[in-house]
Amino acid sequence: MQILIYGTVNSMIYALIAVGFTLVYGVSRIPNFAHGAIYVLVGFLCWSFINEWHMNYALAILLALGMAAILGMLIYRFILIRLRGMPTSEIIASFAVSLILLEGLRLQGIAGFKGFIGPFYTLPPFFDGKVNFLGVFIDYQRLIILVAGALIIGLIYLLTRYTKSGLSLRAIAQDEQAAMMLGVNSDRAAMISLSVGSALAGLAAVLILPLGNLAVEQGYKVLVHALAVCIIGGLGSWAGTLWASFLIGFSVILSTSLFGAVWESVVLVGTIILILLFKPSGLFGKQKELEERV
Amino acid sequence: MPKEEKRKKRIDRSITVRSRGLYALTSWREMTFLAAPRVLLVIALLLLPLTVDLYWQRVLCAAGIYALLALGFDFLAEYVGLVCLGGALFIGIGGYISGSLNAYLHWQPWASIPVATLGGAIISTLILLPCLRLRGIYFAIISFMFPLFCVSIIIATGILGSTEGISGLDTFSSVRMEQYVIFGAVLITLFFLRRLVSEDFGLILRGIKDNDQAVRASGINITAYKIKAVFIASLLGCFAGAYLGHLYGWLGLSLFAMDFSILPIAATVMGGMGTLAGPVIGAFLLTPLSEALRGFGQLRVVLYCVVLLGFILYKPEGLLNYLDRKYHQFERWENV
Amino acid sequence: MAKEPILQVEGISKKFGGVQAVCDISFTLNRGEVMGIIGPNGAGKTTLVNLLTGFVETDTGTIRFKGKNINGKSPDKIANLGLVRTFQVMRPYHSLPAYKNLIVPLNSPRIKRISGGNFGDIDAVAIDILEEIGFERDARVPYKTAGSLPLGYLKRLELARCIALQPEVILCDEIFSGMSMSEIASMIPLLEKLKMRGITIMMVEHRLRELFKLADRVMVINFGQKIAEGIPDEVMARKDVKEAYMGVEKK
Repeated sequence: MQILIYGTVNSMIYALIAVGFTLVYGVSRIPNFAHGAIYVLVGFLCWSFINEWHMNYALAILLALGMAAILGMLIYRFILIRLRGMPTSEIIASFAVSLILLEGLRLQGIAGFKGFIGPFYTLPPFFDGKVNFLGVFIDYQRLIILVAGALIIGLIYLLTRYTKSGLSLRAIAQDEQAAMMLGVNSDRAAMISLSVGSALAGLAAVLILPLGNLAVEQGYKVLVHALAVCIIGGLGSWAGTLWASFLIGFSVILSTSLFGAVWESVVLVGTIILILLFKPSGLFGKQKELEERV
Repeated sequence: MPKEEKRKKRIDRSITVRSRGLYALTSWREMTFLAAPRVLLVIALLLLPLTVDLYWQRVLCAAGIYALLALGFDFLAEYVGLVCLGGALFIGIGGYISGSLNAYLHWQPWASIPVATLGGAIISTLILLPCLRLRGIYFAIISFMFPLFCVSIIIATGILGSTEGISGLDTFSSVRMEQYVIFGAVLITLFFLRRLVSEDFGLILRGIKDNDQAVRASGINITAYKIKAVFIASLLGCFAGAYLGHLYGWLGLSLFAMDFSILPIAATVMGGMGTLAGPVIGAFLLTPLSEALRGFGQLRVVLYCVVLLGFILYKPEGLLNYLDRKYHQFERWENV
Repeated sequence: MAKEPILQVEGISKKFGGVQAVCDISFTLNRGEVMGIIGPNGAGKTTLVNLLTGFVETDTGTIRFKGKNINGKSPDKIANLGLVRTFQVMRPYHSLPAYKNLIVPLNSPRIKRISGGNFGDIDAVAIDILEEIGFERDARVPYKTAGSLPLGYLKRLELARCIALQPEVILCDEIFSGMSMSEIASMIPLLEKLKMRGITIMMVEHRLRELFKLADRVMVINFGQKIAEGIPDEVMARKDVKEAYMGVEKK
């Protein structure tokens, strides 16, 4: 029973992390390597707001999320937009931005900026305490993750199906040229998707970071997890992202309870390799059969 | 009243025109014009170690390693269309194999390095194999993830020295030898790759990058060619890794560091993608620079990336193409 | 003249998401003939070509080429068996000379097999092929960069790419599109020459008048289904074919 609950929570964690990446890739076909960087950036922003500016927690979160959304928009507007249509350059630039953000957070001594080094930073959980849920003790933060995650995913589903901008995002994801002919502005859509994707990364950060501590290494870890989920589920497929999150989430929980926590990576690598060998486009990968096979 | 507009006009230099064609052979001046840049590169590379002191000689060796990685990256990115974000994978695999052979089986460097190069290349290619059937983006993602996975797996299983690494490896017999081994490797690779891309094999690879459906419709199995290309690039990286282990006599998880992945990319973009010689020059510029900035810690990585972004956004042709253009043509403003 | 079936297609269908692009098409192509595939826009003709040459996998049905089942085989394997296609949107290598574009097919396993590994000068072979197809050697046309060639030459280059593979069947996907009447007029003898050499040709076309000069038979496709097949004159006289092109008059 415990495994079931914790497995679901873990799956939700993976899903929250991957959702922002899937959105950006699905709409703009750009892999947002900065996803992990924005995740930790929001974490550190929150931390600074709370501890050095003594802001209210909720306010800090909102501000940090807003800044993340703006950052995402700026990244697209000033960097990625110039490289549209050149896939090699897009990938390289996205990667470079991610490293600038991640390693930049480790800087010390620039204009009095103390780098964020060392595992001493934590974000407080929203509410302290545990609750007994179906015979398993689970802390509030994890419960919130479950609920919030489900809400967010549900919200995204509704928005992309029933609102105009949501539908246009889906249109671009399916067939960019057709959507453009119908008047959807692909650059604006990409900018919006990058902005929303960054906000989602930030949202995941504020929900999940209180569970552990906050360090730059998390940025790489989160990016790797998001990528793993997307590969296993199929790049650009929503259903795939969800199923893959659950698959990975439960596998990891099972393996860590049986073998120990350090085997998480082995499970991830193993699953990825298996998928690539047997169903390369992912569980639900959509093959654009004419352009590039698989 | 129409405004006077100026336009930049590029004209070939007269000596460029004269050196085209067979008649260039009859003139010393034209031959020098043609040969100078190439000869200069080779001579500079060979003489450089003699002109600097011991500390910088070590740095030049490191530059050589990055040059090999940059060559591999440029080859894959511009000639096959595969962006390899994880050069560290090759360094790590090559380094660990060579180091293990040396430390556990007591093989000498002149035996362990070649075996590590070949064996490492085979293993790396096998790891990257599953994603070669897919779109280029998968290769980028997988190549990015694997160095990080290797680190976690080594830590998790505790094998191969885990976090402490393996020390006490044999080093080269002399400092001179260190340098000329790596420089020789860089020059040989440079010439070999240049020949390769001009041959039919290179043409097919470029076709794959450009329009892979047409290549398939012409009866070519593109996955087979991609595999061969990845194998070549991994040979370079694994050699560099094996060499690195024996250069410092020690290896550890730092072999999989992001540094090895990002600096070759920055060197390539800066030097000029597709020129093969440009990445080498880029590596030899960036490595001493990074050494000089060692005191700033992680600033270096930020610096490479900023430089990289700057070049990719504002001067995507890179240094070598820019210099080449200036060398062969001159520009003037002209009224339209 | 004995009819020898070289391509037998039975009941192939393909659905993309909600759209049935091709629905239960069957036909037989005989060796040495020229068959046209016509139909209004969006009828599924290009999808048919993709299905036959392995770029898209069929949902149902079988495709037999020279008696062997090629369903599900990859495009390069099918090309190596002798079934090649042209692309409607071509992208030659702009900065390379025209003849270099043929290096790729000349390096295929099929050519290596046919020539027995003794090829001689591959560049000379490429230039020969181009000359045969109309690139005047004396005017140094084969050496011109592909990006500088006019459309007529580019279309021939695309055809040359197929010819270089020494195929048995060529599938032309709208090869006349974008060409002027005179350009097409000079292309037709070339196709006739290929037919005389014994190469079977299947042409997806919109330019009916020009197509009918070449085609022995035509097949009409509408909404992914085959609605007619036979000699051009007979087929074009049929009411349902006319309706497919012109639409039904609303009373």
